Amino acid sequence: MGSLTKADLAENLVDSIGLSKKDAKDLVEGFFDVVRHSLIERQQVKLSGFGNFEVREKSQRPGRNPKTGEEIPITARTVVTFRPGQKLKSKVEDYMQE
Amino acid sequence: MTKSELIELLIDQQSHLPVKDVELAIKSMLDHMSASLANGERIEIRGFGSFSLHYRAPRIGRNPKTGESVELSAKYVPHFKPGKELRELVNLPDNEPNDLS
Repeated sequence: MGSLTKADLAENLVDSIGLSKKDAKDLVEGFFDVVRHSLIERQQVKLSGFGNFEVREKSQRPGRNPKTGEEIPITARTVVTFRPGQKLKSKVEDYMQE
Repeated sequence: MTKSELIELLIDQQSHLPVKDVELAIKSMLDHMSASLANGERIEIRGFGSFSLHYRAPRIGRNPKTGESVELSAKYVPHFKPGKELRELVNLPDNEPNDLS
């Protein structure tokens, strides 16, 4: 099965709401741009029913090069995490592969 | 930022669109994404990241109040992996949002 893309999301808005192709595409792009900008400014984004995107500071920790076994520290970094909301979790829970 | 604040920003950006179309569009988008994941379909948003399902094996859990054992069946949980672009932008040492197009 193929993946759902921005193009698919936009096409759905054309079909379901009757937006023009351009408006649908701009809205989909705009949505992810706004979320991304907020995260870059280290501000969390809470999408009720879907989930929360959070920005977390990770401190340095020991790591290894899996190929050579050589020890190299994983430097401190800022990462994005996603915590799915209860509604999304329960929708997905029962998915079973055929 | 909450969903309604996000919708407000998009209403300002797309000021030629009726407010209720923007509200409806964002809700439809999120429903569409949830439905895809519920069907086991991955979501791939270029420049942002991808969503997929991760399998959780069945296990014996405990009710933290009573200490009683409960059988938890296998399940799937939603997972988000930030894309390279988002990872790098969030990790810049001193973010100056105004420099980002």
